[in-house]
Amino acid sequence: MVYLTRKAEFSASHFYHNPEFAPEENQRIFGKCNNPNGHGHNYTLEVTVKGAVDPKSGFVVDLKQLKDVMSREVLDALDHRFLNKEVPEFFTDVPPMIPTTENLSIVIWQRLAPKLKAAQLHRVRVYETPDLFVDFYGEA
Amino acid sequence: MKAHLTRRYMFSASHRLHSDQMSEEENRATYGKCNNPYGHGHNYMIEVTVSGPVDDQTGMVCNLVDLDGFVHTHILERYDHQNLNLLAEFASEVPTTENLCIAIYEIMKRGFRKAHLEKVRIEETMMNSFEYWGER
Repeated sequence: MVYLTRKAEFSASHFYHNPEFAPEENQRIFGKCNNPNGHGHNYTLEVTVKGAVDPKSGFVVDLKQLKDVMSREVLDALDHRFLNKEVPEFFTDVPPMIPTTENLSIVIWQRLAPKLKAAQLHRVRVYETPDLFVDFYGEA
Repeated sequence: MKAHLTRRYMFSASHRLHSDQMSEEENRATYGKCNNPYGHGHNYMIEVTVSGPVDDQTGMVCNLVDLDGFVHTHILERYDHQNLNLLAEFASEVPTTENLCIAIYEIMKRGFRKAHLEKVRIEETMMNSFEYWGER
């Protein structure tokens, strides 16, 4: 088994707000992340896939295919977007899923996992800043 | 669903690697320039990884305010701009980054209750790093 990681970057804005909480409660829990007009980050995404090395190609996965899936399923949907208003996962549920880095890593996993053919998704890592990142391994 | 959250912190401290159980020559041979008598310093980069279910109401594994608050009070205030050799936990242990990693893990494990502690990782320099996951 070999693990391969591909990085990508995207920039997006978001804010944290749960409509089931009172305004004071939102402010207490989410602090400045609750500012209603949002704020942004330069996110770094690391997608790790695993698999056996194909004896003919020497690849775990065709990097071009992985890059295309990441671009189509994740970057096109998230880059330069306001997550709360433009990414359906973060506005369709009632109450809506809050676009924390934790939930972002889960959403990215759910977008990628069904689209990857040869290799199996192992980990999605999302850096919100260089000092904060979340790993999701698809665990229930 | 379960996610792992990692936060990085930094502090600066000095230390000298020297074991009372070795002769001067053995210390010199084992620790090299890290045994220089007046010590030396590093900018330590600490990575704390916690895990847990992502809360439906907040979208969080744990509130960063709680994690940052705990680490500032119990780790950074204890170690930043200190000489590690003079601290109680290193009275009889050599303040290698291995032992520092274990000491910080134990402080987190004992006191931080808001999420499950997975590991503590320390970069002593850009070229070397240490991890402790508890006994496993």
